[in-house]
Amino acid sequence: MAAFWNSFDSEISGCDCLGDSHLRQAPGDSIASVPYISVTMAAKKENSDDEVDEKVKKYLRGEAANLEGVKDKKLKGQLAVREDLYGKSAKTAAKIEKWLLPSEGGYLEAEGIEKTWRIKQESIAREVDILSSRNQYDIVLPELGPYTLDFTSNGRYMAAAGRKGHLAIVDMKTLNLIKEIQVRETVRDVAYLHNELFFAAAQKKYPYIYNREGTELHCLKEHGPVLRLQFLKNHFLLASINKFGQLRYQDVTMGEMIGNFRTGLGRTDVMQVNPFNGVVALGHSSGTVTMWKPTSSVPLVKMLCHPGPVSSLAFHPNGHLMATSGRENKIKIWDLRKFEVIQTLPCHAKTLNFSQKGLLAAGTGSFIQILADFSGSQNYSSYMTHSMAKGYQVGKVLFRPYEDILGIGHSMGWSSILIPGSGEPNFDSWVANPFETSKQRREKEVHSLLDKLPPETIMLDPTKVGTVRVPQKKEKPTKKDVEAEMEAAIETAKDTEFKKKTKGRNKPSKRAKKRREMIDKAKRPFLEQQTQEHETSRKKQKTNPETEMPKSLQRFVRQKAT
Amino acid sequence: MKVKVISRSTDEFTRERSQDLQRVFRNFDPSLRSQEKAVEYVRALNAAKLDKIFARPFIGAMDGHRDSIKCMAKNPNYLKAIFSGSDDGDIRLWDIASRRTVCQFPGHQGAVQGLTVSTDGSVLVSCGSDCTVRLWNVSDANLADSDYLSDNSSKPQAVYIWKNAFRAVDHQWDGDLFATAGAQVDIWNHNRSQPVNTFDWGSDTTISIRFNPGEPNILATSANDRSITLYDLRMSSPARKVIMRTKTNSIAWNPMEPMNFTAANEDCNCYSYDARKLEEAKCVHKDHVSAVMDIDFSPTGREFVTGSYDRTVRIFQYNGGHSQEIYHTKRMQRVFCVKYSCDASYVISGSDDTNLRLWKAKASEQLGVVLPRERKKHEYLEAVKNRYKHLPEVKRIVRHRHLPKPVYKAANLRRTMIEAERRKEQRRKAHSAPGSIVTEPVRKRRIIKEVE
Repeated sequence: MAAFWNSFDSEISGCDCLGDSHLRQAPGDSIASVPYISVTMAAKKENSDDEVDEKVKKYLRGEAANLEGVKDKKLKGQLAVREDLYGKSAKTAAKIEKWLLPSEGGYLEAEGIEKTWRIKQESIAREVDILSSRNQYDIVLPELGPYTLDFTSNGRYMAAAGRKGHLAIVDMKTLNLIKEIQVRETVRDVAYLHNELFFAAAQKKYPYIYNREGTELHCLKEHGPVLRLQFLKNHFLLASINKFGQLRYQDVTMGEMIGNFRTGLGRTDVMQVNPFNGVVALGHSSGTVTMWKPTSSVPLVKMLCHPGPVSSLAFHPNGHLMATSGRENKIKIWDLRKFEVIQTLPCHAKTLNFSQKGLLAAGTGSFIQILADFSGSQNYSSYMTHSMAKGYQVGKVLFRPYEDILGIGHSMGWSSILIPGSGEPNFDSWVANPFETSKQRREKEVHSLLDKLPPETIMLDPTKVGTVRVPQKKEKPTKKDVEAEMEAAIETAKDTEFKKKTKGRNKPSKRAKKRREMIDKAKRPFLEQQTQEHETSRKKQKTNPETEMPKSLQRFVRQKAT
Repeated sequence: MKVKVISRSTDEFTRERSQDLQRVFRNFDPSLRSQEKAVEYVRALNAAKLDKIFARPFIGAMDGHRDSIKCMAKNPNYLKAIFSGSDDGDIRLWDIASRRTVCQFPGHQGAVQGLTVSTDGSVLVSCGSDCTVRLWNVSDANLADSDYLSDNSSKPQAVYIWKNAFRAVDHQWDGDLFATAGAQVDIWNHNRSQPVNTFDWGSDTTISIRFNPGEPNILATSANDRSITLYDLRMSSPARKVIMRTKTNSIAWNPMEPMNFTAANEDCNCYSYDARKLEEAKCVHKDHVSAVMDIDFSPTGREFVTGSYDRTVRIFQYNGGHSQEIYHTKRMQRVFCVKYSCDASYVISGSDDTNLRLWKAKASEQLGVVLPRERKKHEYLEAVKNRYKHLPEVKRIVRHRHLPKPVYKAANLRRTMIEAERRKEQRRKAHSAPGSIVTEPVRKRRIIKEVE
């Protein structure tokens, strides 16, 4: 390729008329390269077309509505115009992406025979710039117990809580410690509220809400001894699960307790919020995962995931994938639309977390494994690994939003490692801005309060808001099904074992009679149903001549109470 | 090994100086936003509520007349002004911005029945019950010179006396002719003191007249014999006539679709017709509870305003069966004339209580200079409200209007009466041979016949 361009240059310098030069025969070897260029250009264009198509699909948010069934012509016309407009806007959004998005994502590619999961953090640190290598560190605080962390939604601030009562707020951009306090009680969990000004700490007896300065603002007595806290961003709800297995939802804007449910499945400390639809999932010691919403006292979904207790749970940001891990050292990836297992991975995992780009971090002991689905086919395989010094027990792994960084909270403090390709490179200033000024933060707070969603909007499928509920038609079982059911009932009746009677009461005739009685008993409900159907059909036939009566006399027809 | 990690330098993402604007980065990816539909629904609800909070349509009243106002005219070249004529012969030119009289045109002995301005804005034509047609010179220079603090009066450019009292007048678009309605329809030229042409079809007085904005030779009139007649000047004979069950008080042509016109009828409805197909109304606009006295279209052709004898002014969509907006005040009595301002932002109503009232066309609109960001926000809120306005909570808020008690009760009564009629019709149908009674759609029901 380079040879072609060089020869071209020499040709141009030789002649005065530039227009003719490209038509003149270039030296032999470069002629062959001309068609090569055009082919690659064509191939590139096709690739970009595919990409644009994919992007258009992403922006369309589902498929176009089927307008065949709409009978109202005016409505059909209006809907057709709107669908057209959606298509156009999706295309424009896809096209403008290349100008609008300044950054590109991270990646890690192994060359030759080396594998990505063998690459160590030190070798990555050597290859990246200084600013990024600053983000790899280990903070060792051995006396204050296992640490757990939480990031704000823009990834700028981190709250770290040590079990022995150490609460710290760190600005991750400058790695400044903003405030640290010692509450002198066990702290089991920490969660940021809507911005970096407020965070909640689950302390020994009750959860407390603190200010950025460390001032205690509220003591949430109703929650009791909380094991885990989760904050639902769109709804401003603080969800907590306590030692007695009670799930509570509290609205942090007005302090109203929205829901208080006894899960009935015992003590659990596995709780995650699905960011896509706002449902809270709990993993129980019986291996079931239950999903809750604040307006119902029974769970939305109860699924049996593992034969033993569920040790951790994580949701993919697109809301369709869930990863659960159990004590039997398996990680299962579930599709939440069908509630089926997509993949089972043989991997220990005491803690799980999905990144914005869909990478899954699993941590046990002092070993962390990062799994990625490379082709987007939801087939997870090992991407990177990291092992810390022996004796470090990983408590929590958490990806930092909008950065290629994984935060690890362990028994000796917390660490941070680089995972290329895990974060979303392009943020939206009006969704989460890592470079937020205080003025922008105040504005955002007001706007998000105006957009606060009522708790009734939490549902398994959030796209159902504004749609029409189709009336359900109950299906009658077909004749074949009914017959099959009858046969099955008869078989079970035949198989029943009878108690062997003694003292002369075990005569064969009596035994046969008993068996016949059991079969008749099994048949009876079906026969009753059949006779009922016959009667109703007879009655319907009877009323047929009545329907043939003139309309004016129909109101005198005897109405049967239905 | 090839590796790249996200690293953002603070310089690229923050501003250099405090005078610079803050840098904003957008990523429209739907995966960054969760529960978009619920957020939009909440915004639609809030937008509907805010709309109601900011809905203050009444701007002011222009008083000065000493008798009820029967007619108004707008000058297509000068947005700020409106002419009004009252029952004591007083014609005034008002400056809408300051709501004061600029100029008075005394001269008529009886009531001023019709006012119209020529398309170039130079001549004002007025006709009255004193059988005269007066032409006044109202060119721009004249208006600009006048000082509205002093009580200016002008002399008419011409006075033409004719046989009968006149009921309405309208000027041809882009032409030199104007037409008056009275005992018959007369076509006049500015310079002739006698009508150039006369149309006389039917035995009753013509009460309103309107030239077509698209075809300058076509005009529509309505008469006391409940008919609407279309005339063509080139043919010098009437073209078509449709007779309805009740009389039409006023007609307005749609400026954007000049083949359609809407007639304000005495039976509380407005009927939109396609002039080529008069056998069936295109749309029936119902909501008034008393006779509709006047109607005017917005220059966008998408809305029209009606004033009715039931003391309310309503704004309808051009194809909507029910009103979008209703304006009423305790002090406003029977509304006899309404006009939509030429920039589609204001509605002016002239009523029985000698006042002209100025209203906003969109009740919650922010007047004055709107900054681009404000305008975008308003447009967004409007769009999101329209997307969810069929859902029950939002619909309840969007639909809600306070009605004065007499109007509310009259509307309920009308509804009961119509329901009763409908029920009786259904029962009659049910008790007779199938197919013997045919229900006509409302669009056709009110038309008796069409005559060529």
